[in-house]
Amino acid sequence: MSVDATTVKRVAHLARIALPEAEVERMQGELNAILGFVEELAKVDVEGVEPMTSVTPMRLKQRADVVTEGNIADAIIANAPLSDDHYFMVPKVVE
Amino acid sequence: MRAAARDGKGLKGIGGLDRKSHPANKQRTNGAGPMNSPLDHKKLLKSATGDWEIVIGMEIHAQVTSQAKLFSGASTAFGGEPNSHVSFIDAAMPGMLPVINEECVRQAIRTGLGLKAKINHRSVFDRKNYFYPDLPQGYQISQYKSPIVGEGEVIVDLPEGERIRVGIERLHLEQDAGKSLHDQHATMSHVDLNRSGVALMEIVSKPDLRSAEEARAYVTKLRTILRYLGTCDGDMEKGNLRADVNVSVRRPGEPLGTRCEIKNVNSIRFIGQAIEAEARRQIGVIEDGGSIEQETRLFDPVKGETRAMRSKEEAHDYRYFPDPDLLPLEFDQAYVDELASQLPELPDAKRARFITEYALSAYDASVLVAERANADYFEAVAKRDDGKSRDGKAAANWVINELFGRLNKEGRAIDASPVSAAQLGGLVDLIGEGAISGKIAKELFEILWNEGGDPRELVEKRGLRQVTDMGAIEAAIDAVIAANQDKAEQAKAKPTLIGWFVGQVMKSTGGKANPQAVNELLRQKLGI
Repeated sequence: MSVDATTVKRVAHLARIALPEAEVERMQGELNAILGFVEELAKVDVEGVEPMTSVTPMRLKQRADVVTEGNIADAIIANAPLSDDHYFMVPKVVE
Repeated sequence: MRAAARDGKGLKGIGGLDRKSHPANKQRTNGAGPMNSPLDHKKLLKSATGDWEIVIGMEIHAQVTSQAKLFSGASTAFGGEPNSHVSFIDAAMPGMLPVINEECVRQAIRTGLGLKAKINHRSVFDRKNYFYPDLPQGYQISQYKSPIVGEGEVIVDLPEGERIRVGIERLHLEQDAGKSLHDQHATMSHVDLNRSGVALMEIVSKPDLRSAEEARAYVTKLRTILRYLGTCDGDMEKGNLRADVNVSVRRPGEPLGTRCEIKNVNSIRFIGQAIEAEARRQIGVIEDGGSIEQETRLFDPVKGETRAMRSKEEAHDYRYFPDPDLLPLEFDQAYVDELASQLPELPDAKRARFITEYALSAYDASVLVAERANADYFEAVAKRDDGKSRDGKAAANWVINELFGRLNKEGRAIDASPVSAAQLGGLVDLIGEGAISGKIAKELFEILWNEGGDPRELVEKRGLRQVTDMGAIEAAIDAVIAANQDKAEQAKAKPTLIGWFVGQVMKSTGGKANPQAVNELLRQKLGI
């Protein structure tokens, strides 16, 4: 599997990463090198092997249904470029 | 279930009757499901060029009832100050890791059990990637390939007593997004993350619905089941239950048409309107020689039409992958069994029991079980303190006609009823004993509603007891006849005049004479 220039641009856009036209070819090469490596992995026979989801023999940790956090609106919006009355403010997005 | 009635003429017995067949003799479909569904000609849309069938599937987003969010310890309470119910996890601060709320898992399993669905002992959380300002992570944690709940069903009651089976495709757990306000500023949107990370159950139906009415009834029934289970409060005004509606149209018997998805419809009435508007639009496009493009649309309740969403080109490229922060969710059958053993009686079972135990009509039983509080109230009326049953039909009549009617009129909920179940039960007893007539009972109901009190004491204290003393009734009749000799003569030729005499006697006895006794005695005395 390999990607063409159009796919590279599309992936960049979906990830909201600005990719100058001049960079597309280099990025295409890098992505294809990664995909080539993954393809090599695909040669390993994994017939009957369960997918490994964790390197430690753990089960999903669960929490009790108790409110333990919140009321830190100042801290939540501390990094916001713009805020108003503890709301984040962003350029208008309306559908 | 009137499955046969719906199968239509000559269509009964065709394979893949998934949607109409009774669960007991259900034939599993193999992909053919909705395509071969029997037609109900009443449900078809007529147009100049012939009939159209609407095919509808629904995705319901139901907010899980829990104290804390799905993966954080922040509160789920509605209406907090902006960003006050937000943890660093919900705000997607770097390095924060999600830990699942065990109650949300239990609520999803309970709901699956309530939908008679397959519970998957192993499910996986995935990231659904998209960008929007109220989604701080840039992805929603959801379940894609391995949901916690698989196939199930909902039996839907339609007006006129018809019942249909609607297949459930799946139920999965996912996070809600935050909320954007667009009307606070000319060029900016305000974002509040209080809802961000609250647990949702997405409940996906099969495309088994065939009309706006069926869709409304389905959502109503699903909401009832969720409320019985206590897994979602179903409050659509607060956005705790939202629907995405998939609509397509086709000529009867043809393969499924291309569907459009109407996003985020937030009332049962709008669901019906959106479906009708969208079906008409699609039929118009096809009849004008065009074709339907698969897309996401929004319903505008003011204009009564749907319109395409602007940013749709990448809408379906979510690049799902398993969330590396979360291990698969696993539990055993014992865990499921424990939850199953604690489920309340669900509406279908309650309805069936009301029909057999209290001899109610299917209609009355359906009305009573629609809300658990109503059903509980009815049972409290129908059962005496000593555990014996009262006249179930009479109890149902009084609850449905008098009590619900009055509560509706005054805009009160059942738990704010001025008349308690015990009082109404007492009133039903008094009628049953012949102590008061139906007419007096209504008077007594008024007194109970406005002043309260013990029904039996009120009857004695205010002299409402029905006169069954034949001597007293006879005296009253004699007096009326004596004062109306001419009418008594006429009555011999015209027996319908007896009604007038009954009225006069009831009036002179203050409505307390037993009407049956009055009638019989009058017939004797007038010689009719």
